[in-house]
Amino acid sequence: MNIHEYQAKEIFARHGLPVPPGAVATTVGEAVALAGKFGLPVMVKSQVLTGGRGKAGGIKFCKTIDDVKENAAKILGMDIKGHTVRKVLITGAMDIASEYYLGMLIDRTSQRVLLMCSAEGGVEIEQVAVEKPEAILKHVIDPRYGLLDHEALELGLKMCPGEIKKARQLAAAMQKLYVAFLASDASLAEINPFIFTPDGVGHAIDAKVNLDDNAMYRHEDYEAMRDLDAEDPSERAAREANLSFVKLEGNVGCLVNGAGLAMATMDLVKYYGGKPANFLDIGGSSNPEKVVNALSIILKDKAVKVILFNIFGGITRCDDVANGIIKATEMMTIDVPIVVRLTGTNEAEGRALLSKTKLHPAETMDEAVQKAIALAG
Amino acid sequence: MAIFVDKDTRVVVQGITGRDGAFHSHDMLAYGTKVVAGCTPGRGGQKFEDKVPIFDTVREAVVQEGANTSVIFVPPFGAAGAIMEAADAGCKLVVCITEGVPTVDMVKVMPYLKERGVRLIGPNCPGLLAPGIAKLGILPASIVKEGPVGLVSRSGTLTYEVVFQLTAAGLGQTTCLGIGGDPVIGTNFLDAIEAFNADPATEAFVMIGEIGGDAEEKAAAYIKAHVKKPVVAFIAGQTAPPGKRMGHAGAIVSGGSGTAAEKTKALNDAGIPVAERPMDIVPHLQRIWKR
Repeated sequence: MNIHEYQAKEIFARHGLPVPPGAVATTVGEAVALAGKFGLPVMVKSQVLTGGRGKAGGIKFCKTIDDVKENAAKILGMDIKGHTVRKVLITGAMDIASEYYLGMLIDRTSQRVLLMCSAEGGVEIEQVAVEKPEAILKHVIDPRYGLLDHEALELGLKMCPGEIKKARQLAAAMQKLYVAFLASDASLAEINPFIFTPDGVGHAIDAKVNLDDNAMYRHEDYEAMRDLDAEDPSERAAREANLSFVKLEGNVGCLVNGAGLAMATMDLVKYYGGKPANFLDIGGSSNPEKVVNALSIILKDKAVKVILFNIFGGITRCDDVANGIIKATEMMTIDVPIVVRLTGTNEAEGRALLSKTKLHPAETMDEAVQKAIALAG
Repeated sequence: MAIFVDKDTRVVVQGITGRDGAFHSHDMLAYGTKVVAGCTPGRGGQKFEDKVPIFDTVREAVVQEGANTSVIFVPPFGAAGAIMEAADAGCKLVVCITEGVPTVDMVKVMPYLKERGVRLIGPNCPGLLAPGIAKLGILPASIVKEGPVGLVSRSGTLTYEVVFQLTAAGLGQTTCLGIGGDPVIGTNFLDAIEAFNADPATEAFVMIGEIGGDAEEKAAAYIKAHVKKPVVAFIAGQTAPPGKRMGHAGAIVSGGSGTAAEKTKALNDAGIPVAERPMDIVPHLQRIWKR
């Protein structure tokens, strides 16, 4: 789950990172009141779950209350890469003497948290990685010991040679960022930039955090952090039904067990000249209710002209799926054809259950996909 | 012969009394796997299907029944702890079927396993099935056949699809291995390929990758440098939109990297044919494999 800057900053502040005071406004009036509270000048920062906010005009420096009024009015409601701005962060503006990048992510190769830091802060780190890769310092953190004092200090001194006071602040920020990363079950945590004001004091003035969906169960407060407005309604319904779903633009509704097979099914629809309407994995241990939910979600999309079930049973039992399909067709009006391919655990029982219905059976994945595309017209 | 398992593999199932654990333990036993114990804390002293003793701890299963391998079906919140318990008790192979284990937990687990010399398969995987030897996990036994082909995959059901087609074409398998779709996994493509390459019974193998990460690229480089056996690959997720997690936690194209196109190119550059459809895997294998 991706969260907003202001939410990431709340996490950082809880772990002692130097985050400038700020709060979120949803109206111009609130923005003005907050600017009064924090004292001018302030930054008005759009809160949307996408990058490139600054370039899109979604981040503005405001010297006066009139600036705040004008910019908050402009930014609230603005569209940034398909995301409507509904909230702005009002936070104290600072004089920047120097900027740094501090970031952490799960590194698949080392199977550890990888710390990346750079004295080239304030720009997109992906851009630095391409244009000046030597400017990015990397350190793999041993989970048994964490980020040790000397490791952090050495990195700090590489970014700020000869400036021990700044190096110490960077080191402390990196150590706190690691603690925050683990405690919050992040998959990515970035401060870009971490700045020093002319008096030599460090501040984390931007924040980005992605949270591990697998760890939601142990963070009761995370569900409230989810931005429901930023989510596609069908993707939200799928998530609430505990289904893994991604909306696409085609007309072949796909209902598959297993993520790999679901992707391969979409790819095969495209191979035969069709367009998949979605990715949907009904997962393991499928029960009939899950199938009902999955069908309801797919059928809400009026572009869907055919439903394609591709089920290979391992944990998922084909009789469960067959029961689900039958129950769903009894519970709802389905006016598109349904192609069903069932193979694997309990497939004979599953096929026997389906034989009394009007569904279009298929033996193989290729046959099922071709049938579905033909029926979609 | 097979990779990672043999006739001496003695299994303890952690979570044997749960719905999935019980269902698949039944199937593992039916296949002839030596499931010698179950483990569910609080259920020690009971028996699974009137024959397999259940213990409160894995250590008891190892000491009393000689278990050397664990298959884990416990829920996500207990999975990392279960893996470490099995490792500490002396199991040398741990297969974790559980989906949804927090990644940070796996980061902590990995050095613990390394210190104890334990191989982990998974999590979020279907396990492995060595036809005629043992079934550790949830791969359906009805679709496999003994033979000379090795198969390694990040997927579950897509693996079954391909195994099904291999078997239908008369190409039996040494071992079918699902390594799992999470970002941090115990056994990766490279480990599996090294093992298949070293296994005299495996004459050719199939690798089923998907979007996200660069494990396929690393495997391609290794195969180019070290492997003479015929290899065919498939990559799922050509139509996956960037930035979206496609079910598996690790299946995501991020920052423009980890795409199916990149992986296909790396494999092709290493001389490995990449099938366009799952059904093209067998014909590719038959074409390049001079038996």
